[in-house]
Amino acid sequence: MKLNNSTIKDIYLMMKSCRAFEERAIAELRKGMPGFIHSSVGAEAIPCGISPFLNKEDYILTTHRGHSDIIARGANFKKVMAELYAKETGYCRGVSGSMHIAALDLNILGATGIVGSGIPLASGVALGSKLKKTDQVTVCYLGDGSTCTGAFHEGLTFAAAFDLPVLFVLVNNQYEESTHWTYWGGRLKNLAERANGYGIEGISVDGNDAIAVAEVASKIIPKIRKGKGPVLLEGVTYRIYGHHMGDPGVGYRTKEEIESWKAPDKDPIKRLLNYLLKNNLITEEEDKEIDVKLNDELDDSVQFALESKEVEPEAAFANSVYCGRDAFNLSKI
Amino acid sequence: MREITYREAVREALREEMKRDESVFLLGEDIGVFGGSYKVTLNLIDEFGAERVLDTPLAEEGIVGTAIGASMVGMRPVAEIMYIDFSTLSYDMTINLAAKLRFMSGGKLKLPLVIRTQEGGGVSAGPQHSQCLEAIYGHIPGLIVVLPSTPYDAKGLLKSAIREDNPVVFIEHKGMYGMKGNVPEEEYTIPLAKGDIKREGTDVTVVALSRSVIFALEAAEKLQLENISVEIIDPMTIKPLDEDIIIESVKKTGRLVIVHEACKMYGFGAEIAATVADKALDYLDAPIKRVAALDVPIPFGMRLENFVLPNVEDIIKAVKQTML
Repeated sequence: MKLNNSTIKDIYLMMKSCRAFEERAIAELRKGMPGFIHSSVGAEAIPCGISPFLNKEDYILTTHRGHSDIIARGANFKKVMAELYAKETGYCRGVSGSMHIAALDLNILGATGIVGSGIPLASGVALGSKLKKTDQVTVCYLGDGSTCTGAFHEGLTFAAAFDLPVLFVLVNNQYEESTHWTYWGGRLKNLAERANGYGIEGISVDGNDAIAVAEVASKIIPKIRKGKGPVLLEGVTYRIYGHHMGDPGVGYRTKEEIESWKAPDKDPIKRLLNYLLKNNLITEEEDKEIDVKLNDELDDSVQFALESKEVEPEAAFANSVYCGRDAFNLSKI
Repeated sequence: MREITYREAVREALREEMKRDESVFLLGEDIGVFGGSYKVTLNLIDEFGAERVLDTPLAEEGIVGTAIGASMVGMRPVAEIMYIDFSTLSYDMTINLAAKLRFMSGGKLKLPLVIRTQEGGGVSAGPQHSQCLEAIYGHIPGLIVVLPSTPYDAKGLLKSAIREDNPVVFIEHKGMYGMKGNVPEEEYTIPLAKGDIKREGTDVTVVALSRSVIFALEAAEKLQLENISVEIIDPMTIKPLDEDIIIESVKKTGRLVIVHEACKMYGFGAEIAATVADKALDYLDAPIKRVAALDVPIPFGMRLENFVLPNVEDIIKAVKQTML
């Protein structure tokens, strides 16, 4: 399917938002924001290429490296930043942090820090939609490392067994912490081949080519919605930063390798900008204005987070550990 | 005596045992060039090669299952599970297989296997990377469960664990890796299933575990200024448990406080309290107190985390309550 120009431009704007947010969050972390950031810088084309083809009612689940996945789905800078700052105004009242953000108002059902654990959940969410006879699609983001887990095998087995309306989006950023995927997957041409074991469709695309991702997404999401069964879509990309920001990201890979993925012919944002410029869909000035606008929005989000309060400990656990019951044993002695 | 960190002490134990016995090998996620998430195995790959410092796929059930299999044929694997929270992925292998295969073989199989992992909070890692789950392993017959609280103990206990012919779950604490302590250059081991008196005292017995031992020592210093003499017992191995060292201390002091970082319900403290109630009730002059985390998931953000986790002040308060 040929994408229209406004969709392509929307995808570009979305990618810029994801990148700008992540870079700002990293800057804040270095200034003393608590916790860890597992950066998604470099992989923006994948969620941004997929999100335009989802309906408002569709669900997503993501991972510890999920900031771009949720921003591409419309997550609010302020509420994400506040969550990262452990503030009550964050999506999860600041009790959850970077790795586990859920934004239920956007049907973002959450992220999990246990690699692979979201995969069976996604099958379950899709099963729910099937049983309720809605036409909702569930998108499950996962990483290359998660394809080694039992949860991946079992989650895909269930999705295949019950023809579930779920799109497994395998963000292959090539490194499972420090381990390149070919260390364990070297017998495979790509990780989409894993789909063969379940008899479902597996597609591998250049995950840094936003248009390629979007073209595939525009074809397969309607098919999944019609009940044609699950698909495993691999986007091959690259993790620019270390496993998390405390990991310099070298030692197990070279600086040259990292730099090569930042080049204009590799970086997904630069690649799409070149396309837009070439086709007169954007001007350099307009692009700079976008940066300024994003920068202002991010300033606001940081200010919002800093000015917000932390949740009061007594309130943090009321009706949150259990639904409809207070936590008990709230005494350390 | 020279000082090294807890992290270095664990690494030294691994290195010495790998040199001593060729059947010892390491396996786990990112333990090779990366040196492990907490850098415990850093540079060991240079010394022993990629076969004996085996980077594995991200698959905990596979890691522990493979380690068990290798141990069944005479290897001595030391498996690293990056976070004890991830060890839930290998419960089946640990609980249904490692803990039972010897019994199921009619007492014939040996399972010389160590599962090294780390637990605990204090670094804003949130609900899925901060738990203390030792009590789950302590519940399982067939496992040995060890939690060292000093660099000295970590090294000596890990060397014994590697030489042990039973599966050992060896639980370090992420908050202690950088902590320094005296460790002799000479070879030594510390026996499993034996507790240690970390401080002698006469008024109150505090049984503490892992990093809580450090907090208990600090509390004891402060209490001493108020003329309250605290004896601190570190069981080090929670299964099998050195009951005698605890009972003897309680008989002397008549008061018992148990401290652990895991949440209270069904925790290690309950086991100790029940044991003392059973075997030394007549010696108690006050109700037994437990100091533990609140019964909630570990929240993100330091303020909330501090609210949830037990600290020095909590221990002081509990000790004083037994003195009323």
